[in-house]
Amino acid sequence: MTHQTELHGILAEYETVDGIMHAAEQVRDRGFKHWDCHTPFPVHGLDDAMDVKPTILPWIVLVGGFTGLIAGMVMQWWMNAVDYPYVISGKPDWSIPANIPVAFETTVLFSAFATLFGMFILNKLPQWYNPLFRKERFARATSDRFFVVIEAQDAQFDTTKTAEFLAATGATAVELVEVPDEPTSPPFGFKAVAAIMTALVLLPPAMIAASRTSTTEETRFHLVPNMDFQQKFKAQTAPLGLENHPLFANGTATLKPIEGTIAQGELAKADPTNALYSGLKYGKPVTKFPKGVVIDDAALENGREQYNIYCATCHGDSGKGDGMVARRAASIGQTWMITNLLDERIAKQKPGKVFETITKGINTMPGYAAQVSATDRWDIILYLKALQKAQAAK
Amino acid sequence: MAKADMTQLDVEAIYPKNLIEGDPSFSQVTEQVAGITEWPKPPRAWYIAFGIALTLLGILGACLTYLVIEGVGVWGNNQPVAWGWPIVNFVFWVGIGHAGTLISAVLFLFRQDWRTSINRFAEAMTIFAVACAGLFPAVHVGRIWFAYWLFPIPNQMSMWPNFRSPLLWDVFAVSTYATVSLLFWYMGMIPDLATIRDRANTKIRRMAYGIFSLGWSGSNRHWHRYERAYLLLAALATPLVLSVHSVVSFDFAVAQTPGWHTTIFPPYFVAGAVFSGFAMVVTLMVPARQFFGLKHIVTMRHLENMNKVILTTGMIVGYAYMTEFFMAWYSGNQYEAFAFVNRAFGPYAWAYWTMVSCNVLFPQLFWFRKLRRNLWVMYPIVLLVNVGMWFERFVITVTSLSRDFVPSSWQYFKPTPIDMLTFLGSFGLFATLFLLFVRFLPMIAVAEVKTVLPSAHAHGHKKEEGE
Repeated sequence: MTHQTELHGILAEYETVDGIMHAAEQVRDRGFKHWDCHTPFPVHGLDDAMDVKPTILPWIVLVGGFTGLIAGMVMQWWMNAVDYPYVISGKPDWSIPANIPVAFETTVLFSAFATLFGMFILNKLPQWYNPLFRKERFARATSDRFFVVIEAQDAQFDTTKTAEFLAATGATAVELVEVPDEPTSPPFGFKAVAAIMTALVLLPPAMIAASRTSTTEETRFHLVPNMDFQQKFKAQTAPLGLENHPLFANGTATLKPIEGTIAQGELAKADPTNALYSGLKYGKPVTKFPKGVVIDDAALENGREQYNIYCATCHGDSGKGDGMVARRAASIGQTWMITNLLDERIAKQKPGKVFETITKGINTMPGYAAQVSATDRWDIILYLKALQKAQAAK
Repeated sequence: MAKADMTQLDVEAIYPKNLIEGDPSFSQVTEQVAGITEWPKPPRAWYIAFGIALTLLGILGACLTYLVIEGVGVWGNNQPVAWGWPIVNFVFWVGIGHAGTLISAVLFLFRQDWRTSINRFAEAMTIFAVACAGLFPAVHVGRIWFAYWLFPIPNQMSMWPNFRSPLLWDVFAVSTYATVSLLFWYMGMIPDLATIRDRANTKIRRMAYGIFSLGWSGSNRHWHRYERAYLLLAALATPLVLSVHSVVSFDFAVAQTPGWHTTIFPPYFVAGAVFSGFAMVVTLMVPARQFFGLKHIVTMRHLENMNKVILTTGMIVGYAYMTEFFMAWYSGNQYEAFAFVNRAFGPYAWAYWTMVSCNVLFPQLFWFRKLRRNLWVMYPIVLLVNVGMWFERFVITVTSLSRDFVPSSWQYFKPTPIDMLTFLGSFGLFATLFLLFVRFLPMIAVAEVKTVLPSAHAHGHKKEEGE
């Protein structure tokens, strides 16, 4: 160097692991503070030889992990239990067992980011410019040579003495490292390329943000038309293209069940020989209580109870047709009459006929199939027979 | 020769103390690995392979375009088998993506030094396999322009995803795994990228590798934090790699379909993933070490160790197959019992027995040292393991769905040509990424391999301290 330049430090080269290890110990023992070793791979034992203090990185990762855990839990709680709660299979909105997998993943994710970026920050990376990179021999620091660098800013640093000291540690070469007069600038065009790339990356989010806050009169562009316009039936509207392509041949959107189709669980009701649910056998009222109806005191008692609930309001407690509704009808001058169940016409009816009447209704009386189960209806008939007999006895 | 008769010398002849053959110097290792990226031309086989890979990638692109335009009806998915090949392929690829992190992280924690020769390679394979895996669920949603609904991103409906669904856990598990694997891979590569930067003889190479090596100077103070960070990432990735395939198995196990609803699924899936992943590493490693002259760094001993892992995990998988049958009988549940009898003897028996023979029977040949050290034996076996593990996912997914509780809805699943071409195309994506990797990035962890060379240790020094 012909002119005076600022010094970065002194570089010493070693060829073996043993060489750098001995040198590092000597530099450490001399009490230098601003110095470093550069090796192509992590040399075990060099941390002790250099007296490198354990890094605080694990604590940064711990903080990152806890942040991830809390973020994962709070996110799930807020999204699923607070902001948009919806019931899934009756599970609680905030169910920790179901939230563990996602919270675990966010914990690991945050920890991993904390590890990598924590390491970068502690190592002050990226650091694309380094005065050492100007030295040709330093290129071998990433291949097969070992280097010690003592920086000029160290309190003990003295250009001549330090160079002599390093040569005495067994260095194969000792060299001064200058700080260049002019800072190195990136090659031509680098900044332009970087600026264009940044702009291109920011373009899509900017466009999304713009389109979400603005309106337009342009019709929507359909990239995939057959996903946007599907053949389907919408109530009260003429489906698109349905005139030409009806969903079914008769122009409807759904088909009627095939004739004779029996709904699930209705097989017994559809059996023409089974009178239990209809009171009919082959379409005719049965003369006896059908099979499956148990006739005993409990059934009679149940019949009484059901009769008093459903029938007595009109037909009266004793069946004479003088219930509350009948009396009210008479008091306001209504002309229609409520049937007296004790009447001979009714007493002579077959149980199947009475059952059919209760099930389907007759005249102004509605059907009771929806409210009263088939067994209860048979029990009511049983109780009715008892009422008729009791009244006929006089 | 019986093992008991072997002398110490015989043992050392087969398993030398040095992991790297020929005792190369540091600069030779640099030259041999980093030098590959500087070859003016890759081997002819690379061009042929890259041509095939790009063709398959084109097929994938065409199939996916057709899928997006037409909808998922172009696949064989239908009721009752609504999860057809796309989900089979997803589980297949994500399983393969387990070997990399296992080698990097688990073997690192167990101080298995032989991993240094293969970890970079396996990590790269992991990332590309996970990329292929991620593709399938993303297109399986049908309207891929709504795929972002899977993530907790504010949307126009003001709705959030349902965090009680295993399918959402899967989104988090796979995306976390992909991210952490990428960080791990990149961090491991920084010193090696710096090596290539310092050897660069053109300005473009110097800048490209320079930017990504972040100004790494090999400072020991940096190495100290770097090694700690590597250990921490390994410790984080180990439970992560176990969790990923466990969560994938929840996709099945949490459903109540017979044949899926079993607690054995998480460990069974993880073992299967390691099994298929190691098979894929060997599949790729054998030609790579041949064509790039790395046979002394990735030695027969490395391949043999991987074959041992394949043998072990293959038997774990075989044990799981037996346990499934035992539990189906022992549970006394007729649907469960039917599902398994149907697997082995029903319309998909061909797939089931393909799976059993590829995964359980053929790897048994690895019990013999001569066979597991023979390239002509190991290569067909690892290829069969790859096939067998695809069939395992096919058997689990399709047989259970095709015949569940209601016989009136049973249906035999038939894939369409688009199904097959899409799967074939995913190999194109994988291979293209992989071939670019071996061309432009250091496929062996240069700095790590140097640490296992005998000259990396300060011998005289330690003695001094002891005295």
